[in-house]
Amino acid sequence: MSLSVDVALTRGAFSLDVAFEAGAGLTALFGRSGSGKSTLINLIAGLARPDRGRIAIDGRTLVDTAARVRVPVHRRRIACVFQDARLLPHLSVKGNLGYGRLFSRLAGGDGRDGIEPEAIVAMLGIGHLLDRMPAGLSGGEKQRVAIGRALLSRPRLLLMDEPLAALDEARKAEILPHIERLRDEAGVPIVYVSHAVAEVARLASTVVVLEAGRVAATGPAEAILRRPDLFPEREAEAGSILDMRVEGHDEAAGLTRLSGPAGRLSVPRLPYEPGRTLRVRVPARDVLVATRVPEGLSARNVLPGRLAALTGAGPALTAEIDCGGAILTARLTTASASDLGLAIGAPVYAVVKSVAFDPAAIGAGRRSVEI
Amino acid sequence: MSDLFSALTQDEWRALTLSLKVSVVATLASLPLGLWVAWLLARREFPGRSLLDGLVHLPLVLPPVVTGYLLLLAFGRRGTFGAALAEIGIVFSFRWTGAALACAVMGFPLMVRAMRLSIEAVDQGLEQAAATLGASPLAVFATVTLPLSLPGILAGAVLAFAKAMGEFGATITFVSNIPGETQTLPSAIYTLTQVPGGEAGAMRLTVIAVVVAMGALLVSEWLARRARRRVEGLA
Repeated sequence: MSLSVDVALTRGAFSLDVAFEAGAGLTALFGRSGSGKSTLINLIAGLARPDRGRIAIDGRTLVDTAARVRVPVHRRRIACVFQDARLLPHLSVKGNLGYGRLFSRLAGGDGRDGIEPEAIVAMLGIGHLLDRMPAGLSGGEKQRVAIGRALLSRPRLLLMDEPLAALDEARKAEILPHIERLRDEAGVPIVYVSHAVAEVARLASTVVVLEAGRVAATGPAEAILRRPDLFPEREAEAGSILDMRVEGHDEAAGLTRLSGPAGRLSVPRLPYEPGRTLRVRVPARDVLVATRVPEGLSARNVLPGRLAALTGAGPALTAEIDCGGAILTARLTTASASDLGLAIGAPVYAVVKSVAFDPAAIGAGRRSVEI
Repeated sequence: MSDLFSALTQDEWRALTLSLKVSVVATLASLPLGLWVAWLLARREFPGRSLLDGLVHLPLVLPPVVTGYLLLLAFGRRGTFGAALAEIGIVFSFRWTGAALACAVMGFPLMVRAMRLSIEAVDQGLEQAAATLGASPLAVFATVTLPLSLPGILAGAVLAFAKAMGEFGATITFVSNIPGETQTLPSAIYTLTQVPGGEAGAMRLTVIAVVVAMGALLVSEWLARRARRRVEGLA
């Protein structure tokens, strides 16, 4: 699947002019409020019209102002999950789920492709809610039902407009695993709007960063998230993502050994079988740079690599360290960079002080561990 | 109550049943059009929207006699449309159908007002959500807008019915006051007050008018409450 968007729209003082492509998996539209994320979602869904431009899925035009084509909302087969769930209050949970299914069937669906309703209900854990009315559901339950309803309409594309923004941390943790399963199992491409770095880091395959109605950056999640210039007010959250595999456990020391392209890490014992893959996030501020193998240091995880880039200006710099193809970012001051005599391409060692695990694997909130 | 009904003269009885028939027909016949106009005014932007809004409200502000006279000009036997309609067998002038038309026109602004308000109160976000799930505009109206605005729609219909039961000026101007054909309850009361010894009959019909109006209000209140409970998902 490929979604291609190239649209412009002006509403009063706000103007939107963006072009991007999104492939399979989950594409995150990231940006502050007012950056145009929701407007873009409305344009894709067909709830708003662009002044100019074209939107197409798999080559099928949804809107093209030049060719005067505009497919109406209900024929686009693009389902939305809104921040406020928008369940139909006069229908039970079962009725809401059936509502999505009804129209996809009337539209001539053979009911074969797409996931079985039972599987969706089970995947979202809403089987016990079927006879309830939406008014009696918690925020998290409502969102799960809304996701199920959207999936049952057998969409070509699923739009999620800050589906977690109205929920507290506990409810978010309840829903995030479901969205991950959706991404990995449902086979429906997702465009996910968020202004939370943590959500984007956890879910996205591709990230489109919006700033004041323009695309500031777009690319694979790992490449975008380690750029502190895009997240100036969130420096603490900038970091790199490493794909690691559980090698084995050292029961005596209470450690789990992980390995990946970047090298090996020892972390406090994790409850996973060897062979399981994890996403590990390493905050840039928790990585030290050394030019020699450090001695007499409490940190046990030292990854050898080469200095790939040194970016930024002023007192703080970001060092990108290429460890076996994976890029690790480290924050350091200009003063210490010159003390170390850092040169691009020179061998360096990344000392990792802490990592955070993708809670997809953990099954409950993000966990940061000193190592 | 049964004493009251048995005391009715044949003319009074006919006036009551005729009024009920005229009001029910006027309400039911104008319901689809009223719903459509209310939806247009609540949900669509189009040129001439203010003009339509004004036209709908005109009977509310015009003297009823003027409305009745305009109806006579348009739908009388020699009227603009009346002559053509007579050709295909539809006659309004001096028939009970004309009384129903007059009542429908007079009740229309009240009906549209109530319906429009309740349609406007329906969260458009829900309608959008339904559309993204594949519901066509008509399906969105039937499955989301209509059920969610049902209390107001019922209230609008009952208001129109009550207005029809009491309509006098436009009806008597358009279709006159013929016992058994166009003499509705208000016309009958008016006639009784004009003849010596009619006070008792006028009183009986007045009591009936009050009872019918009260009954309609109670029924609408009950229906609206039930509909609202269902809409809010508390049933």
